[in-house]
Amino acid sequence: MPKANVTFEKLGITISVPAGTRLIEISEKVGASITYGCREGECGTCMMKIRSGMENMSERSVLEDKVLQENMAGSSDRLACQAQVLGGDITVKA
Amino acid sequence: MNRSPDAIEIAPGTHWIGALDPDLREFDIILKTANGTTYNSYCVRGSDGVAVIDTVKASHADEFFKRLEQVARYDEISTIVLNHLEPDHSGALPELMRRAPQAKLYISPKAQLMLKALVKSTDLNFNIVKTGDTVDLGGRTLRFFNTPFLHWPDTQCTLVEEQSILFSGDVFGCHFCDARLFNDQVGDFRFSFDYYYAHIMRPFREHVLDALELLEPLPLKLIAPAHGPVLREAPHSYMQRYRQLASPLLHNEVGANNKSLLVFYISSYGNTTLMAQAVVEGAESIAGVRVSLYDLQVCSDLPFVDLIEEADGLAIGSPTINGDAVKPVWDLLSSLVAIKVSDKLGAAFGSYGWSGEAINMIEDRLRGLKLRVPIKGVRARLIPTEDELDRCRDLGKQLAQHLTGTIENRVIPMSELLAQEQSHA
Repeated sequence: MPKANVTFEKLGITISVPAGTRLIEISEKVGASITYGCREGECGTCMMKIRSGMENMSERSVLEDKVLQENMAGSSDRLACQAQVLGGDITVKA
Repeated sequence: MNRSPDAIEIAPGTHWIGALDPDLREFDIILKTANGTTYNSYCVRGSDGVAVIDTVKASHADEFFKRLEQVARYDEISTIVLNHLEPDHSGALPELMRRAPQAKLYISPKAQLMLKALVKSTDLNFNIVKTGDTVDLGGRTLRFFNTPFLHWPDTQCTLVEEQSILFSGDVFGCHFCDARLFNDQVGDFRFSFDYYYAHIMRPFREHVLDALELLEPLPLKLIAPAHGPVLREAPHSYMQRYRQLASPLLHNEVGANNKSLLVFYISSYGNTTLMAQAVVEGAESIAGVRVSLYDLQVCSDLPFVDLIEEADGLAIGSPTINGDAVKPVWDLLSSLVAIKVSDKLGAAFGSYGWSGEAINMIEDRLRGLKLRVPIKGVRARLIPTEDELDRCRDLGKQLAQHLTGTIENRVIPMSELLAQEQSHA
């Protein structure tokens, strides 16, 4: 199964995960300081920054895109509960 | 004391048109006030238009409109500026917009979301302004300064260039109600000024320092905040006071490059004490970290919040009693809202009898406060074994390595992370 390496910049920890894993599944286990609300992509609470490797993330869904726009997110922002890692190296600000 | 309903001129053509709330004793749940507060609003007259800067709490709108009507007609109002959209300043905005529909509204970039949440209208027109943007009223120029997080994301300050008046919003304000209005005429409000900073601005002190860089060079004659006295006597001294308050309270005399780790514990039978001592031993084995140990039994008597504000990391040891961490731990954790703790390093440990929930609960709270919690805490059933104390030493060592940036950087498989979670549950 393809793997992705997700580095949590502030924690200084890299986790190797199967492709398709959502960021929330990793960040909760690793102790990153990302807070969650609805966990369904509606509230925007878990918005986080991708430092590098956005090309290795799933595309924004219509719902995620709408919520990000409502929260005036930049191009490097994603919702941890929606964004999936597809492979390669990804670094997040957390 | 005179409580005249009149607008008060603070400079030629510029008036205070706010409202007094002398009976208020508690503001926003978290603040006490010994003599109430004021909701300050101002009116600036230029040759081509009139600007209203901020409004008041909805309950005090009548007082505000009566003062406004003394100095301007509604059809003269060309400009409304909201420096901060909290309801005590935006409460009368919908009615003002209804009475002066031609007026253009100016807000900061981050105020948009709040405006839409406060004014439930799909037909909202507003202009976004950033630092350096201006509005010309004819002989009176409003210049905007984007000063976010003082104390909401939306906050900004507005300068009347020709009069050197800064409408500062909540920053430099305080909850102090005195109809004499000016700082050289009102009663002694210095404690209110410091108290307001401590409860409203302190968590945002880095943003306070950024704003001071922007505002201190201005040749101000008067600071007109959104609460409390108008500062016309020595206005810059209030900025200096903010700089003092926002600067570190303590200096790390062991060296600027050393990191500071605070270990707090509380213990019923001495078991969590043993674990705390082991955490300290482990942390002290790494050079470059100053480790301090404190017993939370005396929590309410010592300025632990001040210490935590200056520290790089904190580890908290609590026994589990009736399925929970003990009250002094929650008291400490609930006090941290007054300071910035995000991105500090956090950890938990403790002894338990049956179930040991306290550790996970403390870790969750630390994460909720946006601390980094990269290392699973250590739990020990009743008296810790030598192996469990070694794990405490390892916890302390790893914390110190994280603080000094010397932690081994390796790729952890997700399966290992899940296994750690299982063993910790």
